Order: sequence, then C-alpha cells, then structure tokens
Amino acid sequence: MPQRIRAIVITGNGTNCEMEMAHACKLARFDEVEIVHISDLLYGTEQLDDYHFLNLPGGFLDGDDLGSAKAGANRILHAAVAGREERLYDQFARFIAAGKLILGVCNGFQLLVKLGMLPGLDGHYDQQTVTLTFNDSGRFEDRWVYLRVDPGSPCIFTKGISGLYLPVRHGEGKFVTLDEKILERLHREGLIAVQYSDENCREATLEYPANPNGAVDGIAGICNETGRIFGLMPHPEAYLHRTNHPRWTREELPEEGMGLALFRNAAAFLRSANF
Amino acid sequence: MANRIEIGFRQGIRDALGEKIKKRIIGHLRIHVDSVRTVEVYTIDGDLTPGELEKAARGPLSDPVIQEFAIDRGMACGFDWLIEVGFRPGVTDNVGKTAAEAIAILTGKPVRVYTSRQYVIGGIRDRCALDLLTRADAERIASELLANELIQRCEIIDGHTWDPARGMKPHVPRVMGEDRPRTEEIDLDCPEEALIRISQERVLALSIEEMRILRDYLKNETVLARRKEVGLGARITDAELECLAQTWSEHCKHKIFNARIAYDDGEGHIREIDSLFDTCIKRSTREIRERMGAGDWCLSVFSDNAGIIRFNDDWNLVFKVETHNSPSALDPYGGALTGIVGVNRDPFGCGKGAKLIFNTDVFCFAPPDYAKPLPKRILHPRRIYEGVREGVEHGGNKSGIPTVNGCLVFDERYLGKPLVYCGTGGIMPARLNGAPTHTKEILPGDLVVMTGGRIGKDGIHGATFSSEELHEGSPVTAVQIGDPITQKKMTDFLLVARDRGLYRTITDNGAGGLSSSVGETARLSGGCEIDLKKSPLKYPGLNPWEILISESQERMTLAVTPEKIDRFLSLARKMDVEATVLGHYTDSGWFHIRYGEETVVLIEMSFLHDGLPQMSLRAAWTPPRHAEPDFSEPDDLGGAMKEMLSRLNICSKESVVRQYDHEVQGGSVVKPVTGVVNDGPSDAAVIRPLLDTFEGIVVANGICPRYSDIDAYHMAACAIDEAVRNAIAVGAPLNRLAGLDNFCWCDPVRSEKTPDGEYKLAQLVRANMALYDVTTAYGVPCISGKDSMKNDYQIGAVRISIPPTLLFSTLGRMEDVRKAVTMDVKKAGDLVYVLGKTFRELGGSEWYALHGAVGNSVPKVHAKTAKALYEPLHRAIRAGLVASCHDCSDGGLGVTLAETAFAGGLGLEVDLKNIPAEGIGRNDELLFSESQSRFVVTVSPGSREAFEALLTGCTFARIGTVIPEGVLRIDGLGGQRIIEEDTRALKAAWQKPLAF
Repeated sequence: MPQRIRAIVITGNGTNCEMEMAHACKLARFDEVEIVHISDLLYGTEQLDDYHFLNLPGGFLDGDDLGSAKAGANRILHAAVAGREERLYDQFARFIAAGKLILGVCNGFQLLVKLGMLPGLDGHYDQQTVTLTFNDSGRFEDRWVYLRVDPGSPCIFTKGISGLYLPVRHGEGKFVTLDEKILERLHREGLIAVQYSDENCREATLEYPANPNGAVDGIAGICNETGRIFGLMPHPEAYLHRTNHPRWTREELPEEGMGLALFRNAAAFLRSANF
Repeated sequence: MANRIEIGFRQGIRDALGEKIKKRIIGHLRIHVDSVRTVEVYTIDGDLTPGELEKAARGPLSDPVIQEFAIDRGMACGFDWLIEVGFRPGVTDNVGKTAAEAIAILTGKPVRVYTSRQYVIGGIRDRCALDLLTRADAERIASELLANELIQRCEIIDGHTWDPARGMKPHVPRVMGEDRPRTEEIDLDCPEEALIRISQERVLALSIEEMRILRDYLKNETVLARRKEVGLGARITDAELECLAQTWSEHCKHKIFNARIAYDDGEGHIREIDSLFDTCIKRSTREIRERMGAGDWCLSVFSDNAGIIRFNDDWNLVFKVETHNSPSALDPYGGALTGIVGVNRDPFGCGKGAKLIFNTDVFCFAPPDYAKPLPKRILHPRRIYEGVREGVEHGGNKSGIPTVNGCLVFDERYLGKPLVYCGTGGIMPARLNGAPTHTKEILPGDLVVMTGGRIGKDGIHGATFSSEELHEGSPVTAVQIGDPITQKKMTDFLLVARDRGLYRTITDNGAGGLSSSVGETARLSGGCEIDLKKSPLKYPGLNPWEILISESQERMTLAVTPEKIDRFLSLARKMDVEATVLGHYTDSGWFHIRYGEETVVLIEMSFLHDGLPQMSLRAAWTPPRHAEPDFSEPDDLGGAMKEMLSRLNICSKESVVRQYDHEVQGGSVVKPVTGVVNDGPSDAAVIRPLLDTFEGIVVANGICPRYSDIDAYHMAACAIDEAVRNAIAVGAPLNRLAGLDNFCWCDPVRSEKTPDGEYKLAQLVRANMALYDVTTAYGVPCISGKDSMKNDYQIGAVRISIPPTLLFSTLGRMEDVRKAVTMDVKKAGDLVYVLGKTFRELGGSEWYALHGAVGNSVPKVHAKTAKALYEPLHRAIRAGLVASCHDCSDGGLGVTLAETAFAGGLGLEVDLKNIPAEGIGRNDELLFSESQSRFVVTVSPGSREAFEALLTGCTFARIGTVIPEGVLRIDGLGGQRIIEEDTRALKAAWQKPLAF
C-alpha cells in the first residue's frame, strides 16, 4: 500500500503564488493539498507535522520591506505558536529532521536562505551563509530563462530532468555566498541544482538577460546535502500547461508544462518513503 | 529615546540601487559623479537596550552575508556629499511599519520606526584634485531626483565636516499637534461673497448655487426641530459641510455627466440632452441587453463599485478602471501606488466581493525627453514616468495581481496633469451559501464595521481636490501612499470571511472615506448611526470631520449582522487585521454621525444623496480647421519607417512591461510580449482565471487622444474600435465583449478661467454620441466607467489642458484559450493578408505629427462594415485558420507589417498595389494612414481556401508572403521596390527610445 501523501502550501502576509503552487501539487497527484494561512500555524490550528511536502510559494512577505523575506524569516524564527511551548521554527526543524520535502520558489527560496535552511551546510539549518540580493539591473523583471540542471546533484526534485525553461519574476534574485569557500563547497557537493544557462540548457551563463540578475556562477537554485530541501528563483508552478509557454502559439510543445516534473518527482519520492 | 541603526553594503558588494541613481544623476541631470552608495536608516523611537538594538540590527534589519550596520554612529565615510531623505510627519512609511512589527516579535517591545535613506556621493576630481561637485549640485540632485519636498525632508551633509563617530542625530518625524478634537459650527446665513469664501478656503469645491441650497436647507423647520433633539442648531457643522462637499463633488456625483445640456451642433440645431450618462452610456447598455434577451450576460451595471458579468454558470467576472491623475502629478510614486491599490478595492468591494485576477494600466505622459523650462510646481515628465511606473509596479506586484495589459501615450499637453488609468478585474462565485453574489443588501440593525488600515490625515480633500485644476494651493494632505501588504492581508481575511458568510455587504473606502462608504451603503437600509471616536487612528489629533472624510488607504466598510460579529472579529484578530465596529445601519432616514456622545452630523439621507439639483450647461460645436500639411512623399521610405517605429507612441514598451509581473496566479496565455524572442507587442491579453478549465478572458484597451484635435466624436469611436479589434485579434468573440469607458477631460464648464468651456463640453457630447453609436452597433455594452473632468493646470498665466481622452477597455470571454492567436508571423511561405479598407485618413496621425501637422482627415469608424468583418474573422480564428493576427493602429499598416515581421523573426514580401484602398495615391499615405478596423493576418497556404471562403463579402486582400530571410520588402504603387529593410534594424529602431 503506497504512502498517502499530503502537501501544505503556506500563504499569508504577502505570499501570492499559493493557488498555482497548490494546483501543481494536485496535478502531481498528491492525495491532499491544503493552502494554509500562516495564522493557522501560529494559532496552532494546523501544524507542519501533519504534512509531507512543504511548499513556500512566491510573493512579497511583509512587502520584502526589510530585504526580501527578512521580516518573514524573523517571524518564523521568533514568533511563538499559541498554546504550545514552541516557535514555528521548531516545527520546520522537526519537518527537516523527519526527512520530508521542502520546496521554496522565489520569495520562498529567499525565505529558506534567510532562515539558514539553505544550504544548511553540516546540518546547521539556522545559519545564513548565502543570500539573494538585488538584481544587478536594479529592477524587478519578469522574463523566461533557460536552466541547466546538474545531473550529479542530490536534489530530489530535479532527478531525471535535463533542462528547464521557466519564468523569473523578481527584483532580488542575485545569488551571493558569504565567501569563496562556501561557493566552492556548493559546487563540490553538487548542491547547485539549477543554473541560468544558454538556450540548450548546457552551459551556465553570467550574461544578461540569460542570467537575469547577475547571480554568481549563474546559480538559480540550490538544495541541501540530502537534496530534500530545494529552493529556486524561477517559477516551476508558472509553467504547468503548454499555454503558459511564451511561444506556445508557434512551437510544438507537450501538453504538460515543464515545471510539473519537479512536483511529480516530489510525489514519487514521498510515495515510496516511510515516515 | 530614539536610536539610529544604519545599514550599508559590505565592501565589494554591488549596490544596484546606488548604481541606478548614479546613472540617473549623470543621464538625467547631467551632473558628473563618480560613485553613489546607499545606506538604509532606521530611526527607532522606543525603549530598547543596547543588546536589543544590536539584535534588531543583526537580525531582521540587516543581511549578514552582504551588509553591515552601525548603531548611533555614521556608516558612511569618504564622500563628498551625503543626502539623507526621510518622510515628513504623517506620511505613510511602510518599511517603518514592517520594521516595528519585526522588532516587536523579536523583543516583545512596542516601538515606532521611521525610515530614511542616505545617498552617499563621491564626485569626480580633476587633475588638481579640486572638488567638481558643489553644494548647488547636491541640492539639485536632492530636489530634482531624490526627494519630493511635499512628502519628504532631506538633509545635505558636506563630506569635509563629517564625523562618522558622531554620525547624525536621530530625527523623529512624529505627528505633533494638540489632541483636542473639536467640531466647529459655521453660519451659512451670510452674504453670497462670504459663502463663496467659505467654499474656497475649505477646499470644498462647492459652487455658489450649491452653497445657497445648503443655506436654505438649514432654514427648514422640520430639519431644525430634529437637529435640536440631538443638540444641533441652525449652523452647519464643519463635519456636515465637509461630508456634503465630498458627496456632492464632481468626483463622486458626476455632475457634468448628469447635467442638462443644450448642445448647439454648429449647423443651427440645438439639442437638449438630459444627462449624457443616461442618454448615451446607460441607454446603449440597456438597448444591447434588451437585444440579448434571455442570453443577457450582464449582471450588475453602473450600480456598484464595478461592473459584473457572467463568466460561466458558476463564476462571475468583475471589472473597473479608475484614474488617479491629480495625486500622481504631485507625488508620482505615491499617487500611482494609491491609484492601483485603490482600484483593486473596487472589484473587491463589488457585490459580495471578488478575488482579484488582473490589472491593466494606461499612462499618458509628456515626453520623457522634454527639454523646455518647466512651469511652477510641475515635476519633470521623466520623473513622473519613472515614479508612476514604480508606484504601479509596487502596488501591482506586491498584491500578487498580474498586470496583463496596458499602454503608454505621450503628448506634451499631459505636462500639467499626467493621466494614470489603473484597472482591475476580479472573479467571484456566482452563488455563495445559496445566495447570488452580485447584489447587495443591508438591513436595519446590521453593524457598520471598518477593516484594514488606520485613519490619518492623508488623503483629506482627495475628492474635492480632484474636482479642481492643479493650482498653487493644492493641498499636500491630498497625497497619500498606499500599503499593498496591509491591503493584501485584509483581502486574504475578507475572502475567508466572505466564503464563511460572515458579512452581509462590503464596499470600499475610496474618495470621501467613511463619509462616502457609509453614506452610500446606508442607502440600502435607509440610514445609519456611527461613532467616529471608535475609529482606530494612526496618530492622535484628528478632528471628527477629518476622521469622517480622510481617504487613508486599505480600508473596507462592511455590514455585519450582530449574531455574526464575534466570529467576524475573532477571525480578523487571528489573521492580524484590524476590524472595528463603528455603529449600525438604521431605517431612520438620517445620516447620523457622533463623536462620542456629541452629534457632529445629522443630515437627511434624501438631502445628502438627492438634494443636489441638476446642472444646466451649454455646449457649442464648431469644427476646428487645421492647416493641411505640405510635404511630398519622402524618397527614403525605409528611413521613414524607422522614424515612425521610433515614435514614442509606437515604440516598444518592453522595459516597462517586464517590470510588472504579468504571470502570477499561473493563468497567463497571451502575454504582453510575444514572438520568437518574446519581444513583439501583443494586441491584448488572454488569461485563464481558473486553472482547471480552458475557458479564458481577454483584456484589451483603446486610446487615441490625438484625434480629439479634429473631432472628439471620432476620437471616441476610434478608441472603442481599437479596444474591440485588439480583443478580436487574439480571439475574443464580439458577442461576449463588455466595455468600460473612462473619460478624462479638461474643464468643460464655461467660466472666466475656461472661456472655451462650451467647445470642450461639445467635445464631450460628441464623444458620448460616438460611444452610443459604436457600442450599440457592435453590441458591446459598457458595464461600468468613470470620469475625471478637471485635468487642467493653472498657475499664474500658464494654463495647460490635456487633450480630451477616452480610454475604452474591453473584457471578453473566450470559450477555449487554446484557440488564441498572437501577432507574430509563424512560418516562411505563409500568406499575408490585409483585412479592412484603407482610406486617406491621416488627420491626427503619427505620420502627420512627425511632420508637425494635425490635418483634418481624421479616421472614421464604419461600425457595420467592421462588425461584418470581426464576426467571420473570429470564426476563422476559432477554426484554427489564422497563424497570426495584428491590428493596425498608431502608424497604420506600415508599422503593423514591420512589427508582425520582426516579432516572428522572419521577413515579409508585400505589394502595396494589392491593398484595398480608396482615395490614396501615395505610398507613404497608404503605409501610414490610420484607418480603423484593419488587421494584418497571416495564413498557412493550406488554410487559404477555407480562410478566404469564410471572409467572403468582406474587404480583404492577399498582399504578399512570409519569407525566411529577415527582410521587409515592400513594392510601391508604382511597381518599384520602395522599402527593403533588415527587420533587425527595424526592431532596433523600435526598441531604442524607451529602453532605459
């Protein structure tokens, strides 16, 4: 009997991609998909422990007023859960320790990075070592980008995917590490799951606009060492059907959008896992 | 005790904002600077220990990977000038609010936080190491680029005198002033000059006739008797006066659109028009709905905050477009941000409330390269452009609503007032908890509840202010800054409350604030009684009248039944949204407002809403005559084509489009940019609002103010046709299109200031006649609209009036989005068609404008012929016979052919001789005439027969083929090759002007 799998999509305080993120989970045949307002977590009416797949969608947490997702990270780190002796962060930590899956897209990726959950080197999930900062262009941009996928990465979500074409929609997506050593470690351990690339999804690029924000080594998304936490700036949930593709009226494309594969991988992994 | 936390980037980390500012200082102000770095400053007014300050600085306020911080000392060093820009007291500071919340979560202590930003500037030195950057330069950078003195203060520091160890003293822009709320009584029983003075001094914008009506109302015995019971006398209170001025303002009451007009058509006939709104706009919709009979898909028109139509059996669509012109002239960023989050609340507060699914924005500016001296109080058009663009970016993107469609229009006459049109669409379940959602009901006893933001002095007199021209004394308080996140939190909460049936009715707080939202909804029950003292305030010191009419943003007003109020309030608390019961609705017939126990307003509902008599106006039409241009056909038509493609009204708007999120919510189908490298200009947007069905919606717009110079009738007709044909071009069916009309006019009431008011009113009459004629011919009903009638600037002898401008927006329903078509050529070998006839219609065209002329031959809409084309074209699109379809608008056929070609990355070979035309003997005129209702369509050879068969009876012709090489090859009327241009060069010319 395969595992029943449940996905939670957190929303509230400025998150805005929850609907399409939940839709992606449904298309990937999760048995249950719940969009949960963060107040339900803080009030203790919902808890992360009841789910297997945590989705942190795009948006502007608290307007990104203190820098992207900074105020949002502060809330998760410090706000107490009503009626329990714990912070929301403790539920995140349990979720990670249980080996469950977390996907952060755009603002969700920014959140994971600023919480320290990505890359979470050596299991330190509360120390920030990388960041996502203002695009080199100094502006928000909505454009589609090609992504090279590292076949050697432990990332659960990108297994079997050779390349991706997805939209970015952000003003703070430039990936930077605290120092060279961390960057080198990300490379060495295959944690750089996706990079902005040429049109063939082969070579990572620093060239604008293929690399839309000036990210170091074209880094578009990274995972932790178990490959179970994954964050990326481009939006897989924005390409679920061929009509989302900017050139669907002129190219032969499969019915299913490329972004769905990530969610299917998550579902397949969880269905065979044991919790 | 206040402390300063300063945050700057570490050495070696790129400061993208600083670099952007540097580029603008050099590019726009022509001042040479070497470097600009930015420092974010948080001034914390509270009781934090040094340890807590450091924790806050380290934690939520800075990013340890790229930033460092300084507490109570200066971060900056080694600069020539430092400019710090912060808000004036009372101005919305969204970042400060977020910082205060974050610090409260972190430390458990309540604090107030005020933000400012430092621009740390290093000048360029010459070989003698002399400072080339003077204080005067720094002052210019501050006033012309960085700070808007209306809402911001700035401090300029000389690098020579700077001591980083001391830094800057904390500046706390707290709102000061005494907190002794009081209500003043004003005696209106006075001479007429005094009445006029009262209206002017209080920015009431009430005419002498209206002031007389108020004076007389207060002499009515029954009114006086009832007033006495609540402690009021024969003098009017300031709150009453302000409330009536808001309710009776042009902005809220549309007095000109409802006026009785004697229209002289210039040919000896005088026609009496009893309300343009009733006889042109509403009448058209009524007749169209009658014709639709049982198939009528309109649900609520002209009665609610937005129009509501049916999407399918289970869902309704809602659409509204507003303008926010006057505030955007004073503070482009705040004005435009408020414009977009403000119009969001219209569909949101419509019926039972709708989820917001798209934005559309149209801006009219003076050219950004404007180089003449600026009149007093006017910001440079480039600053307005950038400020408005950014305000709408923040408002739209942060609200998570895709901006799917829009347009930029340039004309020098928008120097005095830019036009900022913001539109929003929504979707709502057709029924909720067993009841329809498109209607509103309130019963006596229902509670009046306000949710969302708090009330401050911001936006006071917004409604009356926008009912006037921009003048020297235009009030600063009319400016406000929206807060998209407070609004998003509120809308998240209210959608849950809606689905649980926790409220009965919802409406928004826009112009006129509570006075308007409660005043309007109280009509549903027949009265109300509320206590302003219960309102949550941003800071103390507001008088009751200010609370009543403040236009502070992010607020909705709801009617909640007493038995549900506890559940409503506890959900609000849980979701961190402020909600306050202010009073209750009644059926007393009176609008009754208290401040604590003291009554400050008691006005009969009937007087408040119907006490205003209809205005009587005169309109006189005299067709203008312009000189016909005198130039011959240029030899280099390829060069002319490039010049045309570089015109501001034609060129690519991609740099703006990309800064708006047009794909959030996941239903993007036809994006604003399209083609082989995603940069061609789409005619309209297609989205799927529900991800589990292929039913979709189409959003388009039409606007062509230049034609008003010749005849506003044709301006309006062409705007409507453009909005309709844009929608048709992507695949919308004509019989499922709804329209929205947004009139922006210059003052059309004759007065000393406006001696030509009768002509301008005649333009308005003619535009409305066109609206009636064209919408009824197409069967496209208007479902909502808006007007803004005082788009003038007058300071001293300088008067600038906008050209009369109608924005027409369309919202269509598509059965299957997979049938949508884009404008880019698809395959070499496809056949190129022109649909529709080209006339010699260059009056008001871009081609004439390029030659400094207006001319007289304005394009005309032949609606019957056009309809007979749109319907079969739609059938061809639905049948999959059309590879690409692009409408002809500014710049005519020539521009359309070029765009079609370069968007698809291929070439075209076209013969002008085959183009169906009438009265044209010149190549340039054929290429650039702006005749309406035309398309360039490409069709694969295999579909040729079926396509041509479907269009039998229409005017159309095959004029060439798509070729594999990227060249636009055009043969002229004389048989010779007149254009042979590389499409990459054409595209470069088209992309260059606004690529900043």
